[in-house]
Amino acid sequence: MAEVRSPVERPLSPHLMIYRPMLTMMSSILHRITGAALYVGTLLLVAWLVAAATSPAWFDLVNWAFGTWPGRIVLIGYTWALFQHMAGGIRHFIWDFGRGFGPVAREVLTQASFVFSGALTAAVWAAAYFLR
Amino acid sequence: MSGSNSSIRTPMARARGFGSAKRGTEHFWAERVTGVALIPLTFVLVGVLVFLAGKDHASVLQWLANPLLAIPLVLAIATGTHHMKIGMQVIIEDYVHSEPIKFGALMANTFFSYALGATGAFAVLKIAFGG
Repeated sequence: MAEVRSPVERPLSPHLMIYRPMLTMMSSILHRITGAALYVGTLLLVAWLVAAATSPAWFDLVNWAFGTWPGRIVLIGYTWALFQHMAGGIRHFIWDFGRGFGPVAREVLTQASFVFSGALTAAVWAAAYFLR
Repeated sequence: MSGSNSSIRTPMARARGFGSAKRGTEHFWAERVTGVALIPLTFVLVGVLVFLAGKDHASVLQWLANPLLAIPLVLAIATGTHHMKIGMQVIIEDYVHSEPIKFGALMANTFFSYALGATGAFAVLKIAFGG
């Protein structure tokens, strides 16, 4: 049923490439990208838990992999995606109530989401290093 | 389905009755409820992981056996995998338009998400119940 075509060529609504990139638009795309990244990233959490439940040898192996530089970069990215997606979700929740749509408010909310995710990611990794 | 001009019926007439499955509100609500639940659960989860990072196997097992850690962890895994399942469903529905591939992808998404959730929850419970 999806292939039904109108016999008349009607104009389509303006699509993405019509618009100049805007912060809110980019963060909307980013919200989806971080969501998809977290989808895959959940494997990391489950891998760590399964390794812990299996044996000390598996636990050490997974911890070693997470401790390498590529592993650490992935984990930092995962932490940031987690907080960026959380901030984006809170922003969407505010919008769900019909608030924060003004030209200033929507920009401030979006900028705040980046400050939120950046600050929390830095705080988490600082805490991880200081607790060690 | 032919889109030729042989019929005097308009495309709108053919489209009527093939609308949404009327499940949109439920989906929207589930996304919000799991999302809100995941705000505190994520903070607990990240806090636990930061606390346990670098600890040896025996002490990690000992800490995870504590119900105050194990219960929120299981809740985070269950809520998180459900949230990611319904989120990925929207992505698939937005971008995959071939019906067979779409249905395959939607099923694979469900299987993957719940398999991951069950595996993660099982691992925590196995540790919590003493290995």
